[in-house]
Amino acid sequence: MNNFSYIKAASVQAAIDQSTAGFNVKYIAGGTNLIDLMKYNLTRADTLVDVNRVQENKDIIEMENGGLRLSAFATNAQTAYNPLIERRYPLLSRAILAGASAQIRNMATNGGNLLQRTRCYYFYDANVPCNKREPGSGCAAIAGYNRIMAILGTSESCIAVFPSDMCIALAALEAIVNVEGPEGSRSIPFADFHRLPGDTPHLDNNIGQDEIITSIDLPAKGFSKNYSYLKLRDRNSYAFALVSVASGLDLDGDVIREARIALGGVAHKPWRVEEAEDFLRGKPANQSNFRQAAEMILKGATGYRHNEFKIELAKRAIVRNCMMALNPATQLPGAQPSV
Amino acid sequence: MSLLPSVGQPVSRLEGQLKVTGRAQYAADYSIPGLVYGYVINSTVTKGKIQRIDTTKAMSLPGVIQIFSHVKRPSLAWFNLQYADMDAPPGSPFRPLQDNKIIYNGQPIGLVVAETFELARYAATLVEVEYEQEAFDTDLNANLSNARTPKIGMATMLKPPPPRPKGNFEKAFSESLVQVSAEYYHGTEHHNPLELFATTTVYEGAGKVTIYDKTQGTVNSQLYVANIFGLKYKNVRVIAPYVGGAFGSGLRPQYQLFLSVMAALELKRPVLVTLDRSQMFTFGHRPPTIQRTRFGADANGRVTAMNHAAIGETSRFEDYTEVVVNWSHMLYPADNTLMQYKLVELDVFSPLDMRAPGGVTGMHAIESTMDELSYQLKIDPLQLRLINYAEKDESLNRPYSSKELRACYVQGAARFGWEHRNPEPRSMRRGNKLVGYGMATGIWEANTLPARAEAIMTTDGKLHVNSAVTDIGTGTLTVMAQIAADELGLPIQDVTFSYGDSKKPFAPVQGGSFTVSTVGSAIKTAGKALRKKLLRIAGKVGDGVFKKLELDDVLFENGRIALKNDPLTSISFVDIVAANDGNPVKVIKFSVPNVLKLKKYSRAAHSAAFVEVEVDEELGVINVTRAVTAVAAGTIINPKTARSQILGGMVWGISKALREETISDHHFGKYMNQNLGEYHIPVHADIHDLDVIFVEEKDDIVNALGAKGVGEIGLIGMPPAISNAICHATGKRINHLPIHFDNLL
Repeated sequence: MNNFSYIKAASVQAAIDQSTAGFNVKYIAGGTNLIDLMKYNLTRADTLVDVNRVQENKDIIEMENGGLRLSAFATNAQTAYNPLIERRYPLLSRAILAGASAQIRNMATNGGNLLQRTRCYYFYDANVPCNKREPGSGCAAIAGYNRIMAILGTSESCIAVFPSDMCIALAALEAIVNVEGPEGSRSIPFADFHRLPGDTPHLDNNIGQDEIITSIDLPAKGFSKNYSYLKLRDRNSYAFALVSVASGLDLDGDVIREARIALGGVAHKPWRVEEAEDFLRGKPANQSNFRQAAEMILKGATGYRHNEFKIELAKRAIVRNCMMALNPATQLPGAQPSV
Repeated sequence: MSLLPSVGQPVSRLEGQLKVTGRAQYAADYSIPGLVYGYVINSTVTKGKIQRIDTTKAMSLPGVIQIFSHVKRPSLAWFNLQYADMDAPPGSPFRPLQDNKIIYNGQPIGLVVAETFELARYAATLVEVEYEQEAFDTDLNANLSNARTPKIGMATMLKPPPPRPKGNFEKAFSESLVQVSAEYYHGTEHHNPLELFATTTVYEGAGKVTIYDKTQGTVNSQLYVANIFGLKYKNVRVIAPYVGGAFGSGLRPQYQLFLSVMAALELKRPVLVTLDRSQMFTFGHRPPTIQRTRFGADANGRVTAMNHAAIGETSRFEDYTEVVVNWSHMLYPADNTLMQYKLVELDVFSPLDMRAPGGVTGMHAIESTMDELSYQLKIDPLQLRLINYAEKDESLNRPYSSKELRACYVQGAARFGWEHRNPEPRSMRRGNKLVGYGMATGIWEANTLPARAEAIMTTDGKLHVNSAVTDIGTGTLTVMAQIAADELGLPIQDVTFSYGDSKKPFAPVQGGSFTVSTVGSAIKTAGKALRKKLLRIAGKVGDGVFKKLELDDVLFENGRIALKNDPLTSISFVDIVAANDGNPVKVIKFSVPNVLKLKKYSRAAHSAAFVEVEVDEELGVINVTRAVTAVAAGTIINPKTARSQILGGMVWGISKALREETISDHHFGKYMNQNLGEYHIPVHADIHDLDVIFVEEKDDIVNALGAKGVGEIGLIGMPPAISNAICHATGKRINHLPIHFDNLL
């Protein structure tokens, strides 16, 4: 590991000041991804500004619009097990618990979850080409072992997937990401937070150089009656999704008033297709309508040599998950996988 | 009152508390004054030559002590033999830093030694290496046409080549009523024990070193180091009391041992070289293997023709072999057999024994084929095994020393509830999950090797036993203490066992499920000799009641020797030792298996594995919900540690069937998932209801203990039982491992 300076910031403003004043500064919170990247010598920082001591804004705040504001500095575990979240946003709670391991969730923060890097094998091996790691070097995954890679929104320069579970639920819930930086604060709708690779796959998201995520707002609508998160992976815990689905349904009897469906493990960002959600509006909540929505969501999906299966798998997962959302009791409690 | 024998008791691990409280010291845990740290530089290319290696930047960092490479190293041994360890296959063993040639990806090409580990690791990133790259080939599937017969060597003794053909396979197969043929494949797997490979070498001056090594054989490491560095055997001491799992990866000295000793001798300082997790993928592994089976049977279900052919990977420099194709004819008495085994050389490091090497590979193909045959014949899979039950080893035409496999089938089936199996695939379900039952047989040879052991009666009447053997986490310490305790009729509390030290009496590497048999026999022999010696000394004491008595005339119990026909007449061990001028009474014995007697028998442990799976019908998600393994392994010395061995093997079986694989990218000739985040071994949530049965098995032949090893047998039946259960659940037979859920979509 390179030597680096380590500074504890007591406030968001102090952290931003450190970042703007220094050269090659990175914020560190839980460190569950950044430390790995530094150990593998894939990320270098001259200064780490530790934001775990930021005192302000650690609790969940009830907002006037009926929503909740999550602290970016709270851990994934604190968030998932918070009674308000469990009651009003159980979809978010379940998605968080589907991710990582108990130990990692105890360290990882909400802000950090949004900023984690892909787990593409080729990104983590400094001795093979990767446009995300080294722009212009090429993508070894396209012709390589691409079972875990993306099928939607890919480009010729990158087929990596964004690995988060939490963010799939946040996308479905239409969360707002609040950031602060040298130029002040701004709010980014979740759909605009992460990027598709295009020809700039080294950019995962739209946060600025010295900006820091301070909080995440959840709109009032939590889909707490009819929700489900389904994660399909190679083992029952501590494995990234090959396909995951977050579904939230607002029902009027058997009829769908509103549907939200977000996919994970298939693209460089959480994947939502409004056309499919619009299609479901006013329709009976049944297998065949969900299947039609799934076809719309997967429109344009392209498989590679080893991940062709994800296309049909994602469609089936959408149908199953939406059916499970009709009766959330079909999900097992806590971090247990539902299938 | 005589003591209950210790053998057969579920004694908890004697070192268990030390391990779970972190007090057990592993090879990288010794804090030695002046210790410096080595970090290995690995090749980033697969084949070629190092053209230039520039260490200027790295060396300029304060605290970096030395950077070794092929251009900066002491002169080393030259002959292949000097690099050959006790487990070396035929060929030329790998020689670290020998020259500028790169022969596999990840090859160690340098060692940075610095005042801290972090500094050494950082400095390693500053070493600039230029390579001249050459074309390479790492893909087994693309090179099957280059398969050839393996070379024969010393290692072949424990790994016999395929049995000779019998009858006329092709004719019998083509004439058989029912024929099944299939191809099986599994890719590379890495051992990944929890403990990383590490060696701490303490330079003691005057050509003398003390080495704390992660190894499955202290004497093996000792010989290797002495031979290469030209040291006297007695000046090389290798210590390894705790080994955090190894599973075969420690059967051969790994390159960190070489590098640590080299650096310590050159720098005359203690040096710790520890590998990181990704470097754990830069040496031995289970080789990818392709198998083809063709089995033919008659209308009664009798297997008449068996062909099993396997092609395994090896390196360009050694012929690593496994016993893959020898098992079917040990289990099933067909009249026409043809067994073939070949190797393909590739630009990889030599493969290395990994838990149940060859056995778990071969039995996957054999027992899957038998299962398929059962469907073709419409005979229950268990019934098919009973129809083809071999009373003797037909491949060598000799009896088994013992074989209670039938009891394994019967008791395992009963515990599992096999009779509830509906023979029709896809016929059993729970909600939207398909349920499948599958079973398979396991077999693993029960070998014994020579070993020495020392037994000492101390002045306070306690027994002390010594052996160089390691305890790789299997419970060796506990089991050996139990065996020793019974020899002298002492409670286990009065026995200490010192081990994991090359200074102690010789033991071979720990592996192959032969440690209890090998070292246990040596301890039993030494214990008996100690009894004789104690009795002889007792004969000289007092009025001479014990004079000229034989062992049969006396009892050893409660710390005393007593007359069998007059137990009140006795003498304590303490008094005997006092009579020995107060000197502890010592014996060292060499135990050599009676090869002439053993050769007349085939000796093997057997098992039957029964598995229930649930498969989500639409999504393919697979869970092993229940499994029962019934094991026949002779005397079970310690039912608790033995059960743990079988459970561990069953978990590994789930892993091998459904989880673990090293992902290779043949464009780069390298492994891509070199960490435990992406190399998937099971988590708790993957493991459900596991049950173990030990069936009664008496064996007077295999060794004096009547015990066969249990290190591998728990694993062997599981992968085919799981894939058979998946086939029963879904109607789909997947012949490659691991099976992923998307294979069932």
